Amino acid sequence: MNALLLRTVTSRLFWPVVMLLALVAINVIAFPGFLTITVKDGHLFGSVIDILRNGAPTLIIAVGMTLVIATRGIDLSVGAVAAISGAVACSILLGSSDPGSFGTVAVAVAVALLIALVLGVWNGFLVSVIGIQPIIATLILMTAGRGVAMLITEGQILTVDSAPFKALGSGFWFGLPVAVVIGAVIFALAALLTRRTALGMLIESVGINPEASRQAGVRARGLLFTVYTFCALSAGIAGLILTANQTAADANNTGLFIELDAILAVVIGGTSLAGGRYSLAGTLIGALVIQTLVTTVYTVGIPPIITMVFKAAVVTAVCLLQSPATNAAFARLRQRIAARHARVKEAAAS
Amino acid sequence: MKKTFIGLAAAGAMLLTLAGCAGGGDTTAGSSEGPKPVDELVVGFAQVGAESGWRTANTTDIQAAFKDAGIELKFSDAQQKQENQIKAIRSYIQQGVDVIAFSPVVETGWDAVLNEAKAAGIPVVLTDRAVDSQDDSLYVSFLGSDFVEEGKKAGDWVVEEYKDSTDPVKIIQLEGTTGAAPAIDRAEGFADVIAADDKFEVVASQTGDFTRAGGKQVTEALLKSNPDVDLIYAHNDDMALGAIEAIEAAGLTPGVDIKIVSVDAVKDGMQALADGKINFIVECSPLLGKQLVQIVEQINNGETPEKRIITEETTFDQEQAVAALPDRQY
Repeated sequence: MNALLLRTVTSRLFWPVVMLLALVAINVIAFPGFLTITVKDGHLFGSVIDILRNGAPTLIIAVGMTLVIATRGIDLSVGAVAAISGAVACSILLGSSDPGSFGTVAVAVAVALLIALVLGVWNGFLVSVIGIQPIIATLILMTAGRGVAMLITEGQILTVDSAPFKALGSGFWFGLPVAVVIGAVIFALAALLTRRTALGMLIESVGINPEASRQAGVRARGLLFTVYTFCALSAGIAGLILTANQTAADANNTGLFIELDAILAVVIGGTSLAGGRYSLAGTLIGALVIQTLVTTVYTVGIPPIITMVFKAAVVTAVCLLQSPATNAAFARLRQRIAARHARVKEAAAS
Repeated sequence: MKKTFIGLAAAGAMLLTLAGCAGGGDTTAGSSEGPKPVDELVVGFAQVGAESGWRTANTTDIQAAFKDAGIELKFSDAQQKQENQIKAIRSYIQQGVDVIAFSPVVETGWDAVLNEAKAAGIPVVLTDRAVDSQDDSLYVSFLGSDFVEEGKKAGDWVVEEYKDSTDPVKIIQLEGTTGAAPAIDRAEGFADVIAADDKFEVVASQTGDFTRAGGKQVTEALLKSNPDVDLIYAHNDDMALGAIEAIEAAGLTPGVDIKIVSVDAVKDGMQALADGKINFIVECSPLLGKQLVQIVEQINNGETPEKRIITEETTFDQEQAVAALPDRQY
């Protein structure tokens, strides 16, 4: 029992989960109906469902980002890739004679994802072949990408009226939001592919020591290509969900600062920016913490002027609680308590 | 890509400038020498950027108005950066244009460059947004919307709509970007008007950052904690459009179960108004071109334009939207 408790407390996921539960508790106090889930028009409806649905794009990008960060890289271009993929899909839909047909939407989605894939290959090329530092390599696409999205939309907000496309963002499958289903599939896929095969270990080895991995016969170049392409692809999917959710491509605002949310989700989840060991489950918790935080601001009624300060305080608290220094302090505390117990026992025995 | 494009454009503009200088280098600061023929006038316009559909409409209208009037317009896009705008204004001063017009990205930090324009004898006109300066001799005229007035117009409609009701009216406000002048002023004007009757209660007020996604997410959350809300006041159409989605997802009918008032009157907003999903829109017109041309002509004729010129704007209810929609330019 005690060992189980110890394992729980020392787990990297302990503090993020505590934070998530604390945020949920705050919401329940401010708004007692927070956890209520009802069925409305044949689908689930409630605050928790909103959090899952609105958090799905961040989660999808964060899954890709986790793998990139595990290779000691970073991808700043995900927001721009999301904007481009949304812009491409909307302009195809608007240009077609029948935007409401399933076939047109399938073509638009396929082309948008193909372009996201190409952008990922570009990032992978810059990082693995040319050898540019990831932060610089992806910064190029981060700044230029929004310009590309603006060129595609010609600076306008493109509103589309297409039921199948809209379903990506706000539709339901078997009572669950489509966005949540897509998020779950991508999460499961990434977890299976990297944890049920050697892929995850190879990614970690490249992150810990690229040179040693190379000498051990790991093809770092191919792996880097793969993770950056996967990350851009997930950004493309997230961009489609975001765009469908607002039924419009907004080159300026779609996915704005989502790269920071995704990186934050990864960090809250306990994956180190220095590369190596990563935790997809942690990323999931991280993404949920971020989205619950956003909802908390609305339900508690925190004035917009201090919203940023409130969010910063919560994030700082999570990071401090998780830091090695805090963990070490807790470990010392436990040792001291254990030692005292031992002394008490000794005294009682003698 | 974007940067390169701008770089090329800037290089092109410089070439044009050099060509222009050779022909008319001696025509600087000529406003006091009597009216010039209209086709010899040169106006420099430093735009904020192309951040929204509203802004693009603003740019297109100004370019078209000057073309119609036969006045040469030098146009620059500052990409939402003050430093770019200051550079553009300096280059207009060096080129010796007849009038400089610009929409300041931010309110402060303009005194130095405006003093340079003043020293060169080039009159400056502000469009759409104001500058915060002690010295109001730095510009000739400020042409733009009165955001407080827009908020008041929205409030007036709400008061009129609920004049027969004695029940409390619960209102959710979707604010614009925190700290932006339109967000502050539209909230202020609205609050002033509805304060007259204490049956009006703003139960929640959160920022949706002027975007659809923001408006949708905020409304979703607020509708759950305040299910009995009567009215939503959005600081722009895009947030109202997001709110419509959230209201529909909650199984309610926008415009009927929950009434919506917003500001801007962009095309998508007008469409929603005509469809009965929004109840009332206060116009914030980007079509400043004609009025700007008039100011330039007045300056050229040696007249003094009024210091504060308010854009010609109206309001739309649902029937007016149906009538106005076919001719909507933006």
